[in-house]
Amino acid sequence: MMNRVRAALGRTAGQPPTPPPPVTLRTRNLNASERVEVFVQQFEKLNGKVVRVRSRSDAGTAVRDLMNGQMAVASNSPFLHECGVANLAGVRTGFTSRDELRAACAEAAFGITSADHALAETGTLVLISSPREARLISLLPPAHIAVIAASTILSDLDELLKRSPEPAKVSSSTVFITGPSRTADIEQILVRGVHGPGEIHAVIVEGEE
Amino acid sequence: MSTAPEKIKDTIANADLQKAIYTATGRLMSHRAASIAPDALDGYQELRTAAHEIKRHAIENLDYYLEQFERNVASHGGKAVFCADANDVADFVLDLAKKRGAHLIVKSKSMTTEEIDLNERLEHHNLESVETDLGEYILQLAHQRPYHIVAPALHMTRYEVADLFTERLGTEREVVIEKQTKIARSVLREKFLAADIGISGANFLVADSGAVVVVENEGNARLTTSAPKIHIAIAGIEKLIPRAQDLPLFLKLLGRSATGQAMTVYTSFLAGPRREDEIDGPDEFYVVLLDNGRTKLLADPMKRESLFCIRCGACLNHCPVYRKIGGHNYPWIYSGPIGKIITPQFHGVMHDPWLPFASSLCGACAEVCPVKIDIPKLLLQLRTEVVEAKSQEGQGGSERRGFRMYAWLMRHPKLFRIFGKIGAKFSPHPREGAWIRRLPRFMRVGPLRNWIAQRDLPPPAKKSFHDLWRKR
Amino acid sequence: MGGAPVRHPDGGRGIESNFMPKGRVSIFVTCIVDQVFPKVGLAMAEVLEHAGYEVDFPRAQTCCGQPAFNSGYRDEARQVARHFLDVFQGAEYIVVPSGSCAAMISHHFADLGLSTQNIEGRTLEFSEFLTNVAKVDDVGARYNATVTYHDSCHALRELKIKDGPRRLLANVKGLTLREMDAAEECCGFGGTFSVKFPEISGAMARTKIDSILKTEATTVVSIDSSCLMQLEGAIRRAGLPIRTMHLAEILASR
Repeated sequence: MMNRVRAALGRTAGQPPTPPPPVTLRTRNLNASERVEVFVQQFEKLNGKVVRVRSRSDAGTAVRDLMNGQMAVASNSPFLHECGVANLAGVRTGFTSRDELRAACAEAAFGITSADHALAETGTLVLISSPREARLISLLPPAHIAVIAASTILSDLDELLKRSPEPAKVSSSTVFITGPSRTADIEQILVRGVHGPGEIHAVIVEGEE
Repeated sequence: MSTAPEKIKDTIANADLQKAIYTATGRLMSHRAASIAPDALDGYQELRTAAHEIKRHAIENLDYYLEQFERNVASHGGKAVFCADANDVADFVLDLAKKRGAHLIVKSKSMTTEEIDLNERLEHHNLESVETDLGEYILQLAHQRPYHIVAPALHMTRYEVADLFTERLGTEREVVIEKQTKIARSVLREKFLAADIGISGANFLVADSGAVVVVENEGNARLTTSAPKIHIAIAGIEKLIPRAQDLPLFLKLLGRSATGQAMTVYTSFLAGPRREDEIDGPDEFYVVLLDNGRTKLLADPMKRESLFCIRCGACLNHCPVYRKIGGHNYPWIYSGPIGKIITPQFHGVMHDPWLPFASSLCGACAEVCPVKIDIPKLLLQLRTEVVEAKSQEGQGGSERRGFRMYAWLMRHPKLFRIFGKIGAKFSPHPREGAWIRRLPRFMRVGPLRNWIAQRDLPPPAKKSFHDLWRKR
Repeated sequence: MGGAPVRHPDGGRGIESNFMPKGRVSIFVTCIVDQVFPKVGLAMAEVLEHAGYEVDFPRAQTCCGQPAFNSGYRDEARQVARHFLDVFQGAEYIVVPSGSCAAMISHHFADLGLSTQNIEGRTLEFSEFLTNVAKVDDVGARYNATVTYHDSCHALRELKIKDGPRRLLANVKGLTLREMDAAEECCGFGGTFSVKFPEISGAMARTKIDSILKTEATTVVSIDSSCLMQLEGAIRRAGLPIRTMHLAEILASR
């Protein structure tokens, strides 16, 4: 196939490319408090629910209240541990086996994660697959709670890629989550929670650094 | 097909379908407009230009980026697989499935896989391949083709879906859309968790990362690419973009152009199988790079910009012809303006010679294309090629003679005026102020007949502008 | 500005002899106006004269070649285009009562490999000429009606004409301008498209007409006679009481 491609383009093997056009990255460059405000605004516009707290322990309490006595699977994120999420009743965590994790997620009402980054402009959570964050926790259970420090929030995707231009080096999977799962495939009527979670919550810890 | 399908008339006569198409596309148009308005997005036109330039660069250096991509996929433990055509892809998947003892495949939405009839081929070999995007799942049950790139089941009503589920899934008849969605969700959840292989498409292939980017709203692509042990991404070679840092630009344009979303609900950037310490994700990762005729388009310097397409569907939504005839009246799975320009290039202009002419050249498509493909220009070029091909095959003689005569007449002004006078004299002249509704039998041919079938025809002026000007 | 047109001894028409015209324009009326809607051409000439321009009508003009070009017959189109260039050689301005013909000349003659340096920038659609060259927004017209404007595709998208005609209409005394939802949607003419795909073309016209009806305007205006022919043909077939008027006819109304 490579020969067909080269023949079509009139290029030879090993020929260097022509100079590429410059990268177009334009960040809004919001300041710290704008980032939080804009993130909250955008997240809520998408039908996400936000709880803002002043301390890690308050975050744990907020998660407990959201869980309302139901079962949850939490990721192994150190931040979640600091917030006391791992110790809440009904929370299962510490999974390192794919199959066990999947089985637990299938039964849980909530998947609780932190997030590696958040993007204010679009109200997006960025989850990078790692020993701390498994992929399926934010995907299988019908509701997703993300507990993040306000400092995690960047202005936009442009800023993120400026800072981390090589996401492939870091992980096999970087997922950008912007609101609850949805479809309008039948008669263009909006329905939430098709395959991914239909409910999404962000607990934002501000003030404590 | 040599002429436009007869069923176009049926589609136009179907008032409910007309309403469904018009309102669905109208909604997508207004969502898009709101999302690119100056108060929502800065410098939309500059972004289009930048995207066009980057795509042009990637396409013109495609060999370089393909090789870079292949190397980077391998560096993360994945494998790039070059496939010349549909058979190569099917062979690869079947071979792998056999080796791994796989029986169940889940699929997320991919026009490329529709292009190669992948499901049919797999089913032939007793592999169950389930579409998981809600619209595509419905179509799979109904054995139908997608109606629209982004809204595949646009033409179906909830009642048709209810009938379908009852018949094919054995569930009780359910007409509430939310409940229909829940039915699909639970059926498909089982499939996701039991599947051996997940097959996805790719919206972008990132050369410097060896990564595949998949964009969606439902979550089925995430499940398809994360739950099964094997992930195969299938994409046309033209999906390459050079750098991860090009993504914000393209993602900004794709979501907005398609559905008016600044970001779709899930964007997955996938680079290889799961790393050693990751808890979940597939153990094996393959990217099938499909040619299937794309190198033919690549070879044409003017028309290769058709390969810039990022499959947003904006051209469909804005096309007044698409909005009347819908997605099933196009000869191939790619419909709308983009379909009009790539179908003749893949299949040859004489395969569907009517297709490039089924456009009023209004230019709405070019105005909204996020990567600035000049569709009307390519349509005009293709029309010239059809005329040329017809001439070579000894067809279209009467039309050619008609245009030769037209050109001759227009070069001889006095004769043009005489011809005009004759036409004015012999034309039916209804009473003053009226237009012609009926033609005498000898005139009821070709263009005149076709005009009169739909509208009244103005009579030629008794005195032409030439005559009247002389009198001033 | 212009004085009243007077009869010159040679039978032609001109502007009052003691007035210095702002310039001279050649008009290309287009084949459809010449043969079917000549009043549009006359109205345009009147408006141009009223705006202070001497109007020249090169008699040997016929067509711009668009029908052949759009149908894939480039050789034939080129022949017709060459004739056009011969006829209009030396013209200071070429004013055209049609966006599609003006666009054919200014944008597509180059695609035929013809040198357009002589007419570069000189070919203008009628409303474009008024707003950009004559620099008038108000031609002192009067037309009592509620009117809606149809954006002809070539004018809108190739020549970027959108606000000019609306400004001109807004300044017409007695005229109320209402926007229709589908103003920018194609009327369905598209040249040979209208007869090659009549059902689609007819359906497109009817969608436009629905949109016009919603505005409750009595008149639909355009800068392109082919659009008006398409719309009026469908309007009459449907038996609806809507008039169609070319912008020139409205601007010539007193």
